[in-house]
Amino acid sequence: MKILTGQNLASGDVVWWTGSGWSLHLFDAVDVGETGAAIAATEEKALRVNVPYVIDAVQTADGPMPAHIKDRIRAAGPTVHPAFAIHPEIPILKTPARHQSNADAPSEVKAN
Amino acid sequence: MYRYDTYDQALVDARVADFGDQVARRLSGEMSEDQFKPLRLMNGLYLQLHAYMLRVAIPYGTLDSRQMRMLGSIARDYDRGYGHFTTRQNLQFNWIKLEDTPEILARLATVEMHAIQTSGNCIRNISSDQYAGAAADEVGDPRPWAELLRQWSSFHPEFSYLPRKFKIAVIGAEQDRAAIQLHDIGLQMRRDDAGELGFRVLVGGGMGRTPMIGSVIRDFIPAADLLSYVEACLRVYNRYGRRDNIYKARIKILVHELGAPEYARQVEEEWAHVKTLGLDPPQAEYDRIAAQFAPPAFAEGLPTEIDRSDAGFAHWVDQNTAAHKAAGYAIVTVSLKPTGGIPGDATADQIDLIADLAERYSFDEIRITHSQNVVLPHVQQQDLRAIWDALVAAGLATANLDLVTDIIACPGLDYCSLANARSIPVAQKITERFADPDRQRDIGELKLKISGCINACGHHHAGHIGILGVDRKGEENYQLSFGGSAAEDTSIAKIIGPGFSEDGVVDAVEKAVETYRGLREPGERFLDTYRRVGLQPFKAAIYG
Ligand code: HEM
Ligand code: SF4
Repeated sequence: MKILTGQNLASGDVVWWTGSGWSLHLFDAVDVGETGAAIAATEEKALRVNVPYVIDAVQTADGPMPAHIKDRIRAAGPTVHPAFAIHPEIPILKTPARHQSNADAPSEVKAN
Repeated sequence: MYRYDTYDQALVDARVADFGDQVARRLSGEMSEDQFKPLRLMNGLYLQLHAYMLRVAIPYGTLDSRQMRMLGSIARDYDRGYGHFTTRQNLQFNWIKLEDTPEILARLATVEMHAIQTSGNCIRNISSDQYAGAAADEVGDPRPWAELLRQWSSFHPEFSYLPRKFKIAVIGAEQDRAAIQLHDIGLQMRRDDAGELGFRVLVGGGMGRTPMIGSVIRDFIPAADLLSYVEACLRVYNRYGRRDNIYKARIKILVHELGAPEYARQVEEEWAHVKTLGLDPPQAEYDRIAAQFAPPAFAEGLPTEIDRSDAGFAHWVDQNTAAHKAAGYAIVTVSLKPTGGIPGDATADQIDLIADLAERYSFDEIRITHSQNVVLPHVQQQDLRAIWDALVAAGLATANLDLVTDIIACPGLDYCSLANARSIPVAQKITERFADPDRQRDIGELKLKISGCINACGHHHAGHIGILGVDRKGEENYQLSFGGSAAEDTSIAKIIGPGFSEDGVVDAVEKAVETYRGLREPGERFLDTYRRVGLQPFKAAIYG
């Protein structure tokens, strides 16, 4: 799947596209398929997000999990300051495997 | 300490006003990110992994308690209660909001501080010896010259868009505590045979993806000619530096490609012209600056006996204090490297405490070191115990200066958007592995330095042991290298073999240290043994 992320312009907070707005929580992210670039352009122009970009993710039992460790750390928060981590439970070291029951879903295959 | 004159203050205030206006235009959408980015970078504001990051310049690493307290209050009011001291003697705030930055910069300006030229392809904060003005081994105080260079380089119109960033370090001692051979320009104060003051000039050192050691292009430039000569060095670079390729744009590549003698010849030619332009300041201007760095009024006849009955205190005195040029005084290094801690991090309360100690015991002076510690430069030996007690209470009394746990680590993948791997957790694990103070002391001086990517902000090339984080198929991996140094005996570390996982690299470091302990001769540091016996025995122990 593809998900859309960026940072809040005024605060710099990491945000995720939910389909209708931006959330601080990775697990609110939705699959944007091929529409990411268009959404990013509109949202950036409207100042609702800064430096948006589309990333690869995998649908897991918990929710969407970024394919790259950098984005998992962005979603979790710094690993060395648990008090500042927004989602310390995110397994940043685990390259996500596709969730079994979803593995064969056609939409999933297409989105990858 | 140098105090701003009305020109300095007016320049900084004007910049604060400009930037406030630029931030407002960005927030209203009048300016795009592409338009705004170069402007914010000129004011030290980066967009990092989790937030904006503000880098505040600490000129040549010197500040007073008023400035230190301001950093603490900014950490408290606008960050999450921390400041992070860096290898360039600066301070970074990791949790800054764009909308707060005009206010933060305005507050900094009230204590003669700013974030100007802490990013971008300009001359960055001039760095220096943290013991300047205090060291027993110095020819002279390098800070007036660093200040002169600061004034010359601030808003220098010709050097605002260099091919790449430019870093200058100045020292006044034989011992190199500022890594001058690894700077774009390194300057070492010295006297010629006639006793005249001047500088040895090194050019073309640097780390990053292509580490190089600087070459001496002039053994002695009279102090009165320093500015015009450095101007000539920059001019040659500005004209011929490789603007076509960002990876080849640093001056080290130009000096390497031309050869140091040819680069030096071109500088001399340029200097012959520059010298006629009247750039070097009149003696009166130099005297004005130097007067502000006049040594404090050291007391005489102070006691030098220290009560060493408390073993913890005695160890700290042995490890974290250095000889002062005035009898009865000492230089104290406050370690920001507790076991399991984040190298270089200090809480707002710790920052305030250090400010209090400086005001009370150190003629109101504080220094930041390139190894991410803090120094109280002028402390009476009879006050050491009181200082230690206060530091113990604040978790700042780790007695590990220059030992294996005094690790330099860049922010790495926990904060930095350019990183390939995390640096801080590796540092934390190594400090935990070597937590035993007796073992650390037995190992002796060992400089371990960690970078999260090839940009080498954590100086891994210059580590006796260096660790570089790389990306191996999406996973963090760590390359180990041995034999680097940033001191007088500067050398570039060599990669020892295939990389390791995070835990694997900690084990490998331990094996290397134990190999050294088995092989060392009396008085040898890890680096000395490695240089004497070579890589083989270490490799055998690590890779089996
Ligand atoms: C977090 C944001 C940071 C970014 C984006 C960043 C970026 C870079 C880059 C791109 C380089 C390579 C320059 C080149 O080779 O031309 C570099 C080098 C360097 N940086 Fe950083 N850095 C950051 C943080 C730091 C920190 C925290 C420190 C101090 C701990 C630091 C100190 C240095 C030093 C000492 C060098 C190598 C010396 C040199 O060759 O100039 N940087 N940095
Ligand atoms: S070395 Fe790399 S990871 Fe570390 S701070 Fe510099 S750019 Fe970031």
